Amino acid sequence: MSSIAVETLIRKRKSLRRELLEKPNLLEVRVAILGGFTTNEVADFLEVLLLDRGIKPIFYQAEYNRYFEEAVVDLSQLIKFRPDIVYVCTCSANIQKFPPLDASESDFNEYASTEGERFAAIWNALDDRIGCLVVQNNFELPSYRLLGNFDCVSPGGKVRFINHINGEFAREASLRPRLFINDLNFIVAMIGLKRFHDAKRWFAYKLISTPEGSLAIAKSAAAIIGSIYGRSRKCLVLDLDNTLWGGVIGDDGPNKIKIGKETAEAEAYTAFQEYCVRLRERGVILAVCSKNSEQIAKQGFDHPDSVLRLQDFSCFKANWEPKPENLKSIAAELNIGLDSLVFVDDNPVEREFVSAQLPEVMVPNVGSDVVNFVSVLEEGRYFETVGLSREDLDRARQYERNARRLQEQSQFASYEDYLDSLEMVAEIAPLRPVYLERVAQLINKTNQFNLTSKRYTFADIEQIVSDDSYVTLYAKLIDKFGESGLISVIIGRRERRSLHLDLWLMSCRVVKRGVELAMLDSLVAICQQHDITEIYGYYIRSEKNNVVSDHYAKLGFECISGDEHNRSVWRLVLTADYVRRNRHIKESVGAKHLVSIGTNLSGYPG
Amino acid sequence: MPNILSQLEPIFRDILDNSRLNLTRESDASNVAGWDSLAHINLISAIEQHFGISFTLGELQGLKNVGEMIELMELKLAI
Repeated sequence: MSSIAVETLIRKRKSLRRELLEKPNLLEVRVAILGGFTTNEVADFLEVLLLDRGIKPIFYQAEYNRYFEEAVVDLSQLIKFRPDIVYVCTCSANIQKFPPLDASESDFNEYASTEGERFAAIWNALDDRIGCLVVQNNFELPSYRLLGNFDCVSPGGKVRFINHINGEFAREASLRPRLFINDLNFIVAMIGLKRFHDAKRWFAYKLISTPEGSLAIAKSAAAIIGSIYGRSRKCLVLDLDNTLWGGVIGDDGPNKIKIGKETAEAEAYTAFQEYCVRLRERGVILAVCSKNSEQIAKQGFDHPDSVLRLQDFSCFKANWEPKPENLKSIAAELNIGLDSLVFVDDNPVEREFVSAQLPEVMVPNVGSDVVNFVSVLEEGRYFETVGLSREDLDRARQYERNARRLQEQSQFASYEDYLDSLEMVAEIAPLRPVYLERVAQLINKTNQFNLTSKRYTFADIEQIVSDDSYVTLYAKLIDKFGESGLISVIIGRRERRSLHLDLWLMSCRVVKRGVELAMLDSLVAICQQHDITEIYGYYIRSEKNNVVSDHYAKLGFECISGDEHNRSVWRLVLTADYVRRNRHIKESVGAKHLVSIGTNLSGYPG
Repeated sequence: MPNILSQLEPIFRDILDNSRLNLTRESDASNVAGWDSLAHINLISAIEQHFGISFTLGELQGLKNVGEMIELMELKLAI
């Protein structure tokens, strides 16, 4: 889908949509599009692209060019619609007032702040009144320059004005955690202004772009929305011979492979390796899947000119097994889904084989010439991110630590001994305002260890932590290898003497460590102090959460209704002789303190 | 250039997602289900792309009937 031609998409869109809608357990996301131009074409493409990512968008489209009014003046339609995301789909044609040709520097600044304030008013209103996430286009360059090259210099030049406003948008977005920029300026630069704008369609239908332009906008918006809901890919799996270096290491020997700066070809492979290293630095996991003997394959990274080092790979599979088998073990070892993998191989036969055997794995058609690999990967927007957290920057190390944990595991007689050896300490406490942003992100993007897949907007969560009838918990985990950060959240709703667990999720990198046992113990302690006698757990099957279908059974809940594989309701009756489940994790002192503060049931200490 | 109508039919069938649609010169937005203004934009884009032609802004207004569309296309394709 990522490389589908626009002509095909226009013609086959409705039948594609019909097929994709049959995928099971799609995640519904309510998207309101407030357009400064006719947005139907963008919405049509966006729908198909999101469905392809497992997201079923429910759209509301504001009337043409009423984006300001519907967000600021009269929000009744939006309030009724309850969007998860508002997409403000505007373009340079929507800039209300450009500075006049004879503008001074101070005029320029005044015009810029007037325009900026108009959009800030939209973002503020959406934040205050709806509490949703906002995706905002920035502006493409104008289709003509009255002043030619001087247009980017003069305070009366449109080019300079647009560049300035785009800078202001970026600054705003870096300060507002719920505002995401769809970089129209870059998108249009990539395909070219001439191929983007279509004057005829503008005058006839108020469509700003060619179909190709609309598709480029939609692809970019789909990548952002996909990233928000945890649908970005996590791991780049690489072939070796003629992918990471030129030549066949088994035949040519480690000294003869083409890498380095000596020849044009070697330089191209070096550039691709550098790109992979950059991806790793920003949090993409790297793995190798190659038909080679392991020992010889590894020598390729001892080559003095190799940019990549062996330790850059979190998983290394060089053997003679079929590649689909190796990809399956890579996913299993890294504890991620096959749908988190992107596989790059210069060999079309291998690509086709993997695609056919493992449709979940993304196998871009990179061709067989290394010079094109980067642009094909970039085009797919597989690793889109809406932010760069400390955890992203630290991810490669996280996975290294997991690999070390795994190694240690084999040295212990039992799994229990291994868990003890990790010296785990957890902080488990009611949600606090400082964590709400992280919690909102986790709620959106956690798809596997997520019992109900219920989504909450930031505003919902803010409301919940200040509401007496909710019990909330988060967990942070530290072990001897390092910190895992905030990795689990529970939201329980009190009804008389029972507590209903609307949400329980956990980041997949800490599964099988017993965190859920420690959280249950804390939850039970809070319940017992507050005369809650029953805890109800719910499992609602989604596309990806099969792994927790027996979560409540394992915790000793009884199934009181439903079918274990679809939707089920579980109950734990609390008795005075409740036996604590957790045996391997210490609770930090600070956390105990917080739990006791949390016993006022407001879940909102301080 | 083979029969334009026979090439238009699969385009209409795809875009309107109706594999049984029989297109005639008399077909227009009033008697073809789903041919609304949004589908119309897609139809025009797909036709322009398929035949390698471009309708002018003025021509876009009068393309509501398949017969008229074909006559105009014959001129453009110089058949």
